[in-house]
Amino acid sequence: MRITQGAFSFLPDLTDQQIAKQVQYCIDNGWAVSLEFTDDPHPRNTYWDMWAHPMFDNPDAAALMMELKECRKVYGDYYIRLVAFDNSHGWESVKLSFLVNRPAEEPGFHLARQESAGRVVRYTTRSYATDKPAGQRYG
Amino acid sequence: MADASITQLDGPPVEVPSAIDLRAEYVESGVKEVLDELDRDLIGLKPVKQRIKETAALLLVERARRRMGLAHETPTLHMSFSGNPGTGKTTVAMRMADLLHRLGYIRKGHLVSVTRDDLVGQYIGHTAPKTKEILKKAMGGVLFIDEAYYLHRQENERDYGQEAIEILLQVMENQRDDLVVILAGYADRMDKFFESNPGFRSRIAHHIDFPDYSSDELLSISETMLSKQNYTFDAEGRAIMADYIERRRKQPHFANARSIRNALDRARLRHANRLFEASNGPTDAAALSTITADDIRVSRVFSASSGEEKTP
Repeated sequence: MRITQGAFSFLPDLTDQQIAKQVQYCIDNGWAVSLEFTDDPHPRNTYWDMWAHPMFDNPDAAALMMELKECRKVYGDYYIRLVAFDNSHGWESVKLSFLVNRPAEEPGFHLARQESAGRVVRYTTRSYATDKPAGQRYG
Repeated sequence: MADASITQLDGPPVEVPSAIDLRAEYVESGVKEVLDELDRDLIGLKPVKQRIKETAALLLVERARRRMGLAHETPTLHMSFSGNPGTGKTTVAMRMADLLHRLGYIRKGHLVSVTRDDLVGQYIGHTAPKTKEILKKAMGGVLFIDEAYYLHRQENERDYGQEAIEILLQVMENQRDDLVVILAGYADRMDKFFESNPGFRSRIAHHIDFPDYSSDELLSISETMLSKQNYTFDAEGRAIMADYIERRRKQPHFANARSIRNALDRARLRHANRLFEASNGPTDAAALSTITADDIRVSRVFSASSGEEKTP
């Protein structure tokens, strides 16, 4: 099942050229771009691992593309997303976030039903990928 | 938002022109403006200007060829500037960044000026991230490495400089579209540096030598520097400045235009002191902006016997 998180996720995957243009747009707006990765794509998993530092003072998108290539080399079978932060209000807030890499196979989610008191049913989702321990998923 | 970004990416279809007017291109691209500015603002440096003109012509023609589909590869633009200190290498590098930007060879046109300290780390594992950080900052512009030969320490094989060199070489080769590297330093030491690092020599297309300024040129540089700050020499002051330059040249640690700038800064200091101490009553604008012989003559350059190591 194709994960749809962040902007552009209902479109075909962006090419590197398209990613670079989006990144340049972010930089030109004064936003700090950075990369994050995870192997647990649960929608409530907001805090992904950071790849290096956010790039505050690089005027050109080529810098991020270089990091993206490096990141793909190491975590090519993970989800990698680009996050652009805007600090013009005095705090960093996400302005744009989209996936720039996804694993070849995405197993999707299991919907678990928990029967509770009376006829109440509680639902929860769990990624099939997380059946395996961290680091061995999507391999 | 998504739709807008996609349509924007396609852009208008590229038309292949059948003929290109190089003269018009020269003016339109703003290259003429940069070169004229270079001619006007920089005194002397004839061979450098000539080389830059030639390079600009090459790049202009290359760009025309590319637009007509005759060339596809980005030409190698990495350069090396060799010359004594104070001969205008950094200034020219800034102009070069502007030039390359106007010709469309770099996307942003900013100049990141670094030395060994900015690239090489203090301990194992510190160098690569440091170098990469700088490279990332310079992407889309020009990376200017001053005194590049310090990156390579012959006497110490385990020096971290080597690591920085390797990363630099890799990026210079693989990301030629993204940044231009300019190495700068003294001529003889640059030659030695290239000898021990053949990788650099082969990746650098343009070697530009910066000659020392003549005494006349230095004098007109000093006048330009002063006029930029709304100061002037009086006739005697000008004559003694010429004498000062002659004497200063023969002393050690002479750094061309930089020495002149420092001398002028000190002259302004003395000028201010003289006015302050002699002041009784109003001082007019002419007095406030005229450097006289007295302000320069006190310099130690005039008292020092040649050969002795003294700061002027």
